[in-house]
Amino acid sequence: MNARVAGFPIYTLVMAGVALIVFIGIPLTTNSFQTFQFANVAAFVIAIVGLNILTGYSGQISLGNGAFMAVGGYTTALLAAKWPLPFIGFVPYGYTIPLAGLVAALLGFLIGIPALRLRGIYLALATFALALAVTPVLNNYDGFTGGHAGVFMKSATPPFGLDLSNDQWLYFMCWAIAAILYVPAFLMLRSRTGRAWMAIRDSETAAVSSGISLAYYKTLAFGISAFYAGIAGSLFVINNAYVDPDSYSLALSLTLLIGLVIGGLANVWGPILGGLLVVWLPYFAEKSAGFRLGPISLGGKPDIEFGIVLILIVFFAPNGLTGLIGRGIRWYRSKRDAGRGAAPLPAPAVLEEATQGGEPSEIIG
Amino acid sequence: MIELVSGNPVQAFVQQVVSGLASGAVYASLALSLVLIYRAMDVANFAQGEMAMFSTFIAYALITGFHLPYLIAFALTIAISFGGGVLIERVVIRPFEGSSVLTLVIVTLALFSIVNGTAGLIWGYVFKTFDSPFQFGAVHFQGLYIGYQDLGIIGVTLVVLALVFVFFRYTKLGLAMRAASLYPEASRLLGVRTGWMLAFGWGISAAVGAVSGMMIAPVVFLDPGFMQPVLLFAFVGAVLGGIESPLGAVVGGVLVGVLLALLGTYVPGGENLRIAMGLVVIVAVLLIKPAGLFGRSEVRRV
Repeated sequence: MNARVAGFPIYTLVMAGVALIVFIGIPLTTNSFQTFQFANVAAFVIAIVGLNILTGYSGQISLGNGAFMAVGGYTTALLAAKWPLPFIGFVPYGYTIPLAGLVAALLGFLIGIPALRLRGIYLALATFALALAVTPVLNNYDGFTGGHAGVFMKSATPPFGLDLSNDQWLYFMCWAIAAILYVPAFLMLRSRTGRAWMAIRDSETAAVSSGISLAYYKTLAFGISAFYAGIAGSLFVINNAYVDPDSYSLALSLTLLIGLVIGGLANVWGPILGGLLVVWLPYFAEKSAGFRLGPISLGGKPDIEFGIVLILIVFFAPNGLTGLIGRGIRWYRSKRDAGRGAAPLPAPAVLEEATQGGEPSEIIG
Repeated sequence: MIELVSGNPVQAFVQQVVSGLASGAVYASLALSLVLIYRAMDVANFAQGEMAMFSTFIAYALITGFHLPYLIAFALTIAISFGGGVLIERVVIRPFEGSSVLTLVIVTLALFSIVNGTAGLIWGYVFKTFDSPFQFGAVHFQGLYIGYQDLGIIGVTLVVLALVFVFFRYTKLGLAMRAASLYPEASRLLGVRTGWMLAFGWGISAAVGAVSGMMIAPVVFLDPGFMQPVLLFAFVGAVLGGIESPLGAVVGGVLVGVLLALLGTYVPGGENLRIAMGLVVIVAVLLIKPAGLFGRSEVRRV
């Protein structure tokens, strides 16, 4: 297993190849509804990566990231289909995606400022109120937002004459954006910034005495988290070609938290599992137990299953599914190495954990 | 809820304050149930509103399904809610005692999800009406119209608050429960079964919450989401009064009720903005006076 090609272990290359084949194979082999659902997975992955930065790494509990998704989603819908800009007219949906992220990020910074003084349960309460406030506020300013009736957009069609169905195009676009956004998140978490966030999460007092600026890093986490949520919200609206205030109920914010915790808090790969789960678990629950669901999995959810899975995960696997898988791999490796008679030092696993710093032994609030 | 007849602005104002007191009483009792749990284990129970919603549905089922008279259904619901609260603490919460804030928040949110889903599964998502136990009509007093319903809600809430106060102040069990939440170690050494005290705390809290649900249900419609705004306003009230203080929760809840009634009258579009107003009050209180009106400021030892 020590053979390498171009510096990478063969094992890693094989896994990457398999992942690539699965990734390209999904939209070619599934029906259009399933492809569409997998496009929504990508949007959820992006939103959960954002929540992971805020709650998983910097330790600020947010029950309100759905509000940032609402801002992103409405930025896209209003610019692309309701309010033509002077001289430009309706903005093509592709350009609204980064704008949605930026507008949401601005709101995130603004909310991050009062949030500086709130910690633990108080921040959870304030963001809970934020999540509940979204729908009525959107309904109240119906002249601007379109109110209950929502905003319809033209469905997104593949550009450059690509020979893809609409759903396949959405799938590739969403996953391409998810991949692009994964890189800076990955790098940030391994940099000075990421270490500062984790230091704040583990002990604010210790972090401050090491010269970390709480104000800077905490609002930064809010802003970046909101940016990711805004992009995700925008992609959702593009996927569905429709937006209305009821899409942004408390349930959406809770769904993000559920996906994050089940996938694995403060784990780089957790959001992918979390995204898959929050989109597909309702679907399978509906199929298996006859749960009544709306046309989109956002509407009605099998709340009971999610609740039970959540409690079991927090109790038996506080590091989520990724933590569980990681534990399985380490167990397998130690078995294998012990069988070979290699030095049965637990050092590599411990070292790995320490340098990644990503897996707290317990969820930290 | 009450028709405004008089053109006198002072009278109109007083009228709104009075009707705010009634909804404030409901927020106060749910806020009290939140504070009871917060004092016992330092967690804001996000499932409190859903538990009260479920209790109200039980009352609804007892009245419409089993045709029980209101008073008997009321008493039975409170007893069932107490049992349910104890059971939830024993089964769901106990494994997480002493966990971090984030873990406890997640567990109560999971509970929120389970209770909400179960109610939806049993009773569906169609709005239902919950008949008021109080007569239709109003008392006329100095040009004010005070509905029997409002008076009833205020009266029932006062009785509940008095009972809770007497229980914690003058009974041995109440004393043991206070001791268990203030000095768990010492209480255990003195023979208090602190684990069970916590479970009773959840039971009492669920029972008080059930009353708030049954009081507000005739005013709004009954569906699995109907307690969510009430929970938010109860949180606002608890934070306003100081989340550690039972008296603060009651005063805060009533203030929030009055504030919202005035907001609905004097601010255009105020009805839709009620929840946003709750957000503003929470943030403002936490920024200006984080301990709330009646709370002690937190001392943190490093």
